[in-house]
Formats: sequence, structure tokens, C-alpha cells
Amino acid sequence: MWDYTDKVLDTFHHPKNVGKLDDPDGVGEVGSLACGDALTLMFKLDGDGRIKDVKFQTFGCASAIASSSVLTEMIKGMTLEEAAKVSNKDIVEQLGGLPDQKMHCSVMGQEALEAAIADYYRRKGGQAPQTQKGNIVCTCFGVTDEEIRKVVHENDLTTVEEVTNFCKAGGGCGGCKGRIGELVEEVQGQKAKVEHKPKPAKPTKMTNIQKIQLIQETINEQIRPALRVDGGDIDLVDIEGNKVLVAFRGMCAQCKMAEFTMKDVVEARLKEFVSDDLYVEEVKD
Amino acid sequence: MQNIIYMDNNATTCVAEEVIEEMMPYLSEKYGNPSSMHTFGGQVGKKLAQARERVAALLGCEPDEILFTSCGTESDNTAIKGTLAMYPNRRKIVTTRVEHPAVLTTCRDLERHGYSISEVSVDRQGKLDLDELGFRLDDNTAIVSVMWANNETGTIFPVEEIADLVKARGIVFHTDAVQAVGKIPINLKESSIDLLSLSGHKLHAPKGVGVLYVRRGTRLGTFMHGGHQESGRRGGTENVPGIIAMGKACERALQNMTEENSRVKALRDKLEKGILASCPDCFVNGDTHNRLPNTSNISFEYIEGESILMLLDQFGICASSGSACTSGSLEPSHVLRAMGVPFTAAHGSIRYSLSRYNTDQEIDVVVEKMVPIVNRLRELSPFVKTSP
Ligand SMILES: Cc1ncc(COP(=O)(O)O)c(C=O)c1O
Repeated sequence: MWDYTDKVLDTFHHPKNVGKLDDPDGVGEVGSLACGDALTLMFKLDGDGRIKDVKFQTFGCASAIASSSVLTEMIKGMTLEEAAKVSNKDIVEQLGGLPDQKMHCSVMGQEALEAAIADYYRRKGGQAPQTQKGNIVCTCFGVTDEEIRKVVHENDLTTVEEVTNFCKAGGGCGGCKGRIGELVEEVQGQKAKVEHKPKPAKPTKMTNIQKIQLIQETINEQIRPALRVDGGDIDLVDIEGNKVLVAFRGMCAQCKMAEFTMKDVVEARLKEFVSDDLYVEEVKD
Repeated sequence: MQNIIYMDNNATTCVAEEVIEEMMPYLSEKYGNPSSMHTFGGQVGKKLAQARERVAALLGCEPDEILFTSCGTESDNTAIKGTLAMYPNRRKIVTTRVEHPAVLTTCRDLERHGYSISEVSVDRQGKLDLDELGFRLDDNTAIVSVMWANNETGTIFPVEEIADLVKARGIVFHTDAVQAVGKIPINLKESSIDLLSLSGHKLHAPKGVGVLYVRRGTRLGTFMHGGHQESGRRGGTENVPGIIAMGKACERALQNMTEENSRVKALRDKLEKGILASCPDCFVNGDTHNRLPNTSNISFEYIEGESILMLLDQFGICASSGSACTSGSLEPSHVLRAMGVPFTAAHGSIRYSLSRYNTDQEIDVVVEKMVPIVNRLRELSPFVKTSP
């Protein structure tokens, strides 16, 4: 059982500001059913530009619901400039702490708020001040480099595992752990404590047979274990020159994510371990 | 303390009163070592022999085929690693996607030590494809391990049929029967199963005692080296009170089997029907035609399992969930995912697992409480379009 604070439990049992608003000034939606938590947050401003009313709806665990609830209470009465400064750390503080693996719930709250504020400016036809969205790093959970930099900076994170706890990045197939490590390093200006698996050096010149072997090994060792975690699997169907034909099995084959993420993940791995010239095509049978 | 309505018996069970009574003397005055050369210890040895007979009676096997261990996990580890040790030239294990971590994690660790693992998939009902299983067997396969019943959905696998298929190929067959023993009849004499694991705390014995059934003539490496206990197959002074309790629990399970199959099943069916009838947008996971009599796994759409559990907890109702949030990982249950249950429904899955200690009235309470809990969380959920 999670070690939730009394405040988390109390807020979960008696959440404030649940529901929707008619005619909101800004709406933010983050997460998805597939990810296991999702939050919709909406607000209305009064004549002075202060948040007059705010409501939320959350799909998720106790800490996700509690985080959403305290966030709405915190920002009521704030201007958008003030609200934009609320960080996930403030939410955690309000809750008297969250278990490590649940930190992402507080980040989700803050992201929904950010999205709602951006939506407000969009509706007004203007640009939100400093909306840097960044590039997707974790394709499984859709986390960008900007979001990772932000949680690392604000919470002084030093390991990839901590980043996963805070924003889920790296918690799916694990394909982006290397990149997350680099981001931690960049922000902290020091070497991140990543568990680097010994990487076989990429050979420079290969015969075709060697290349096929290396592709098979890479699939077996680097790619398949990650897919298996998800109840999926991958088969190497054929190799034509630099085109690698693969088929996804089990969960992966049915997963909508498969089309744009699995293929990219596999391709990235093959480029990394075998050769930059390779590209992947999915065979459907 | 609040009244507890305990519906998490696949996680662990209460220790039956008769079982406690039976083992108590061996925690106090009868503390002798069964290996000692005096009557004081010898009386303990006799009691251990009786426990062995009782376990054998439940499984339909011989007492000398019973090896006591510390838990189901140890039994699984011993079965798999002990077999591999005997067949050094065979480097492959065939198992399923839906095993308990006691088997799956063990296999995946062995994978890092050069073994290849072949995991048979299941369909939407959680049923195994036996043709696929047969297809995966080859001369390199050392052991096949398939659970008798799945802990999350209660789906029962045709392990006796699988054992025949596997034995015909000259391969060792192991089954993790931790969830099956005591709930459904088992007769090992009539089957070709070589190795079978069970665990005390799932059938009203205490935690810390397990059994590995080893068919006579099965080659098995020693997992725990030490003294000559358990015929030299597992060193270490026996967990005497635990083993005696296990014996008593097995005796009781044998006596109660019919009840388990009728009364408990009727309670489970009533619970399931009640919930499905009163809560919209939910469905049962698993193979409802081949299922443990005590287990019901239900997915509630649009809401998340941990929240449901916490609201049930308010009323002292204990169940479990396949949601990611309850596991500490970010992924929902590997069993439900292997079955192709949509992520969304896997996050909102609740497992109710009953025992003969549950009452009709408890079923009414749980059904009654589920409705407002589901409604309340759906009001909170951004995915319900019709919410007020
Ligand atoms: C199917 C199955 N196998 C093995 C185990 C592990 O048993 P133990 O807790 O005795 O190690 C369990 C218990 O959770 C189980 O359900």
C-alpha cells in the first residue's frame, strides 16, 4: 500500500472543484486513458483577470485526484501570471509529499494548468508568453525535452529513474533513457547516474551475413525485451539491402501507438547498434 | 477495528483456526528438531511425516514425492533451475506470457545467462494456443512451465493435456499450481505432470511454507545445499510449525473441496452478476467457462483501479487491481495486456477473490457499495461524456 499523507487521503476522499464550467476562458487537457492518468482543467477569469472559478476532472489514482484538487484551490484568485509560476513542487508541498513513483501526478497537474493558460491566450488570438513546447523525447508517454529539462531543474533530479518517477519519461519501452541521461547531464552540468549497458561497438565494415546477424542480435537483445514487457513481440521478416522488414506481434500489433512509435523505436535502435543507413518497414500479416 | 470484508484471497488467505491449533504446540513446548536422536525430537519427525501424507492425499500422489520449501516462489525457482541443472545441453525454456513473476522473472533472468525463453501467447479470453505451444517444443527445450490457474483472472489452463503433449516429446513439465491447489480437484497419479508448485498462505496455512511436488524418477538438481533434510533435496532445518500447518490446511482443503466448488462459486457468481447488472460499462476478464470458482476480474471503463480500491478500503473491503498505479510500475497488469485487454480497461480492473469465509451478506454489501463508488469516480473522470 502506498504511504500517502493524510492530506492526500483527505483530499482524495473530499476533492474540491470537481466538474466542468460552462463557457470557460481556458481549458487544458493532458494525459490519456492509455497512459493511466489524464486530467482536464478549466478556468474562468473575473473582470480583474483573476481566476474566479476553476474545475477539474481526473482519471487516475488517489494522488492524481488529490494533486488536481489542491492545484485548483491554490490558483483560485491568482492572475494568470501568478498561476503560471505554480510548479509541481508547490503541489507536492501542499500535499505534504508524494511517494516517489507518484511524482508524475503533480507534474500532470502543473502541465494541465500550463495547457489551460496557453489555451486562454490562443482563444484571445494572442501568443502565450514563453510557450516552449520542445521535441518529443519519450514517445511512449509523449514527454518533450522541455518538460524533462523543467522537472530536472525544478526538482534537482540527478538520475534517469527519478525523471521517470516525475514525468514518466523512460517508463515505457525505455528507448529514450540515453537521451534523458543527456538532458539530466545538460541541466545539472554533470554526469548523470545512468546505468549504461555495455554497448557493442558499431562495426565499420560488415559483410551482409554479419549485418544480418547483428540486426538479429540487436532485435533479440535490445528491442524484444522492451516489447515483451508490454506483452508484445517482434519478428524479423526479411532484410532487403538497407530495408529491414519486421512484424509486430501480440499487444504491439493491435496498439495504435505501434504505427508511429514502435517502428521509430526499432529503427533508432538498429541505427544505433548496426548502421545509420538502415530503415524499418512494418509487414502486416 | 472496522469489520473487514476480505475478497483478496488470491493474494493471501487467513490462517484457519484448526490450522493454528494444530501448529501451536510446535511453536511452544514441542520445539525439538525432527532430525534429533531423542524421543523429544522424534515426535516432531512423526508429525512432519503426517503432514507430508496429508499434502500427498490432496494432490493424489505419494508422500515421498512432496518436497517442502519456504514459499511458492522457491518451489518455482527450484523446479526450473533444478531441471536446467540436470540437462546442461538443453538451453531453452517454454512458458507463457501470463505466468506469475515467480516464473517469469526467473526465466527472464536465465535469459541473461544464455538460455532462450519462449513465451506462448494467450487470446482475448486468456486461453493458451496449444498448437503454438506444441510448435515451440524442440530438442533444445529443457522444461515447459505452465501455470494451472492464473492468479489475476482465475483462468484454468488444461495442464494435464499440456503435460501429455510435453511428455510425449521427452521434456520435463512443471506447473505453478499455487492458485489451483485447494480450489479445484487435482489427482497427480492420473497425470503426467513432473513438477508442481504450491504455497501454504494461499490455502489457509501461514506464510513461509511451500511445496514442490517431484514425481518419482524426475531428475532435479539441489537448489539449497546443506544437511540431509528433505532426503537431501533441500538443506536447512525444517519450518516445522509451517509444515504441520500446511498438512492440516491440505487436509481441510480436501474436505472442503466440494463446498469450495459449489458455495464459493455461487457467491462469486452472485457478486459478478450483481456488479454487472448495477454498474454500466464493465465486463469480466478471463475465460468464464474454465475459471477458478473463487475469482472474478472485472474491468470498469473510464476509471482507475487504485481509486476504486481506496474507496472500497473506506468500507473495509479488500480487493486488488491490475492498474499500473497499484504496482509501482507505469504499466498495467502484464496478464491483461497479454490478453489484449485495452490499456484503458486494464487500468480499471478489479480482482475479487473469495474464500469459504465469505458470506452472502458480504456479497450484498460489496455490490451495494460498488455502485456509488463507480458513479463517483465517473463523475470525476474526463472520459465520461454524459457526466452531469
Ligand atoms: C500463481 C502464483 N505463483 C506463485 C506465487 C508466489 O507464491 P509465494 O508468495 O508463496 O512465493 C503466487 C502468489 O502470489 C501466485 O499467485
